[in-house]
Amino acid sequence: MSTDLPLIGDFSTAGPVLTGARVGVVTFPGTLDDRDAARAVRLAGGEPVALWHAETDGGAALSSLDAVIIPGGFSYGDYLRAGAISRFAPLMDAIISAAGGRDGSGSGLPVLGICNGFQILTEAHLLPGSMIKNDHLKFICRDQALRVENNATAWTRDFSVGEEITVPLKNQDGQYVADERTLDELEGEGRVVFRYVGWNPNGSRRDIAGISNAAGNVVGLMPHPEHAVEAGFGPDSGHGMRMGTDGLGIFTSVLASIAGETK
Amino acid sequence: MTDQTSRQATATFNIDTVEHAAQTPDTELPWAELGLKQNEFEEIVKILGRRPTAAELAMYSVMWSEHCSYKSSKVHLRQFGEKVTEEMKKDLMVGIGENAGVTDLGDGWAVTFKIESHNSPSYVEPFQGAATGIGGIVRDIISMGARPVAVMDPLRFGAVDHPDTARVMHGAVAGIGSYGNSLGLPNIGGEMVFDPIYQGNPLVNALAVGVLRHEDLRLANASGVGNKVVLFGARTGGDGIGGASVLASESFDDAKPSKRPAVQVGDPFAEKVLIECCLELFKDSLVEGIQDLGAAGISCATSELASNGEGGMNVELTSVLLRDPTLTPGEILMSESQERMMAVVTPGNVEAFEAVMAKWDVEYSWLGEVTDDNRLTITWNGEVIVDVDPRTVAHDGPVYDRPYHRPSYQDALVADTLRSAVDAGRVAALPGTGDELRAAVLELMSSPNLADVSWVTKQYDHFVQGNTAMAAPDDAGVVRVDEETGMGVAVSTDCNSRYTYLDPYAGAQLALAESYRNVATAGAVPKAVSDCLNFGSPEDPEVMWQFAEAIRGLADACQQMGVPVTGGNVSLYNQTGSTPIHPTPVVATLGQFDDVSRRTPSGFHRDADGQAVYLMGVTRDELDGSEFARLRDHLGGVPPQVDLAAEKLLGELLINASRDGMIDAAHDLSEGGLAAALSEMVLRFGVGARVSLDEVMERDGVDAFTALFSESQSRAIVAVPRTEEVRFKDMTTARGFPVARIGVVDAASGALEVQDQFVLPIEELRERWAATLPQHFG
Repeated sequence: MSTDLPLIGDFSTAGPVLTGARVGVVTFPGTLDDRDAARAVRLAGGEPVALWHAETDGGAALSSLDAVIIPGGFSYGDYLRAGAISRFAPLMDAIISAAGGRDGSGSGLPVLGICNGFQILTEAHLLPGSMIKNDHLKFICRDQALRVENNATAWTRDFSVGEEITVPLKNQDGQYVADERTLDELEGEGRVVFRYVGWNPNGSRRDIAGISNAAGNVVGLMPHPEHAVEAGFGPDSGHGMRMGTDGLGIFTSVLASIAGETK
Repeated sequence: MTDQTSRQATATFNIDTVEHAAQTPDTELPWAELGLKQNEFEEIVKILGRRPTAAELAMYSVMWSEHCSYKSSKVHLRQFGEKVTEEMKKDLMVGIGENAGVTDLGDGWAVTFKIESHNSPSYVEPFQGAATGIGGIVRDIISMGARPVAVMDPLRFGAVDHPDTARVMHGAVAGIGSYGNSLGLPNIGGEMVFDPIYQGNPLVNALAVGVLRHEDLRLANASGVGNKVVLFGARTGGDGIGGASVLASESFDDAKPSKRPAVQVGDPFAEKVLIECCLELFKDSLVEGIQDLGAAGISCATSELASNGEGGMNVELTSVLLRDPTLTPGEILMSESQERMMAVVTPGNVEAFEAVMAKWDVEYSWLGEVTDDNRLTITWNGEVIVDVDPRTVAHDGPVYDRPYHRPSYQDALVADTLRSAVDAGRVAALPGTGDELRAAVLELMSSPNLADVSWVTKQYDHFVQGNTAMAAPDDAGVVRVDEETGMGVAVSTDCNSRYTYLDPYAGAQLALAESYRNVATAGAVPKAVSDCLNFGSPEDPEVMWQFAEAIRGLADACQQMGVPVTGGNVSLYNQTGSTPIHPTPVVATLGQFDDVSRRTPSGFHRDADGQAVYLMGVTRDELDGSEFARLRDHLGGVPPQVDLAAEKLLGELLINASRDGMIDAAHDLSEGGLAAALSEMVLRFGVGARVSLDEVMERDGVDAFTALFSESQSRAIVAVPRTEEVRFKDMTTARGFPVARIGVVDAASGALEVQDQFVLPIEELRERWAATLPQHFG
């Protein structure tokens, strides 16, 4: 069963589907940025498909999809620990399996976790480490500069290494933490995908904003690229007020990966 | 799911049935403790023909409270209806009286918005008070059948350096952020005012905007005999009992015990699920009528649904799912537990309704049904404990035409102008030299009321939903409604309570003028107004005069500007001991864009380099009640002149200029005058400007200080591309609106330069401007 999201940002008000790629967007109770992620997929040229967390036949639901996004929000209110309840959703088992399992070695379905989605991916052990409360203890919303550290993942191939992009950041529990050995491993294997530039907004270890699994198909990212995909509704940029669209590259990247374009 | 047995043994208290009440007319009832006056209690006895039961007394006490019944304000509020013309009603789909007003946007779209107060709870318990303020106004929006799309929060606190201000500020901002962010609602603006007058009575107002298709419109009425009444969402607990009658309808007094238990506790996750769940119900047309549970809880929901409907309603109160099984029937009726809704469902839709509840894991219980006997009957295990005509509870409460008179101090206040105080040596000499003016601009921009508010706004999500086209610090919040066409709305809330204190009639008009101007400056056509009327005790005739004058002023101004009041809220008893707050009628104006991509930014962007800077409007010697006067601790004289015709014309020009691409930036002039507006425009994107005051000084006969700090109304600054200057000047000349070309945008300068007076590097300005709130609040 898929959910219908009524009214604003209705998935059915689709634009032209340029690639034919189908990207699932998961909704948990308390998910907030699902319609935004769907819009980003649509603007990039893909077809967003709504997924409901309680889907019991997840394998079947995922079989017709080319990628999955776990969007941001406060699933289950973040009352226990961000992502700690959502990871047990029936659909998550199917996503873990389709993504190639927890060891991260098998290549599989491209999966992107944004903000709360990143938290869910760490809770599900598809990605290492964890997220704790921001070091300044407040929610923070700002236009955040990031440096792309790895463009070999399914979600970053349209960027160049070292490229700086600006996307909105908004979180309460965004401080990425892991033990030193894990951090060294991530660095050594090139799995730090995005780093905060200019200012570390939450105290994350080694300024880490996003990481990937070993195969590069699963990426978790704390800031919100889906809020920088449409001129007029993104962060401020050199092109004017709210004109930033740097986040679109994440979504065009996965569509290109799906299409199997060679770089 | 329907857990009829959750209610534990009922025998811990005696049930006061209607039958028992009839047999025991002389039983003493605690009507005074519940906030009722003797005459009101006697009226209830007269209506019922017997003494009320304990449950009935609870219902009447909350529904006849000032907060719910508007008993002191009704006679004045009528003007908002009486002064509406047919033209103003054109796009008004739902007016005052429902949960929120609804305005047609065309193409099958409609918008609903409303502003409400949550002042008293936010002083007692700032975090929960402010959080549930957001929760309550959002449920009003949902109950109209709309998807909530944005919130705003006008805030007024005590002195910035008073220790208790930090307690209230931290709590309220965190509460608004925590609740609004978790709901996925962009926070697109608001106000932040510090004034000692609010020290013991901060104002925490909350506004929500919702969007709906015409066919999704829902109203709060119970119709269709045999239809089922259902309560869903959170369980009912002991929180917020008497919130409306005790907290919101009395003033604080140190001698009384702590009222913390009367403040509700919010659960934003439950509300987020409730929103999605309700939208699914609307989409599938599964509810006939719906009402949110806010002030006065089940008392309000049952009596209003029944009163608005054609028939009556029968409710079994033991069916209510409880968090606390020891609650008495009266407490259940009065509880203000959050995140609850009541709906009327046809028997044929019961199964589908239950499926939606199951999908979203929302608890519900069927309480009763709609009847044809015009009575609201509430039973407790089958025994009748309430048997009333619902109109007498919900709509025919007491009405008071309270006495009022002009305050004894008003003449002396009005006579005490800033210039007379300077002449008398009570206020230091006004700045005159370039250096003095430069220092005054820095002092102004670092003062708490004009300083950078990003300490607050960065704690709010303004991106979520992906439709935000403008948010704080721009003049208005703007959200797109229709992704196909770009059609959207702009909202701004404003009130300068110093003006309203000096002249409530003019001050209320100036509040409308400013919010109207902000919306028009953004480029939107103003269409509707919602107001949150925060005043002191109506039992004080001087406060009542302020109230009466402000309502008269606002209603007159709305009529002249052609924007109807669609709803709002009255908050009285905002005072500490015998000292009332300044009258604070916060006005929210909503405007419409055909395409939000035409919104005008309120600062100079580097792409505007070299563009001409025009000051629109006339500058007069109007410093009384100004922010500059506040810097000198002076409050007296008369507020700036109101010229609604000029205001309307300025609005039309700004909207046309935006539509026709004649301007690349626009910012209205309000608190702090030209000095503040220019500073804000260069700070917005860090792009400087070079201006000269000569033309304005000569044309308007004012000195440089007055040109910079006067708060004359109906003014705005715009940046006009060189290629558009002729068109822009032709347009303003043809309409007879005065404009002066005061300078150019100068990106290379990195400064605000006022020729012959001073140069202020933007970085120096930014350092002072940004330091104030962090310095006080960490």
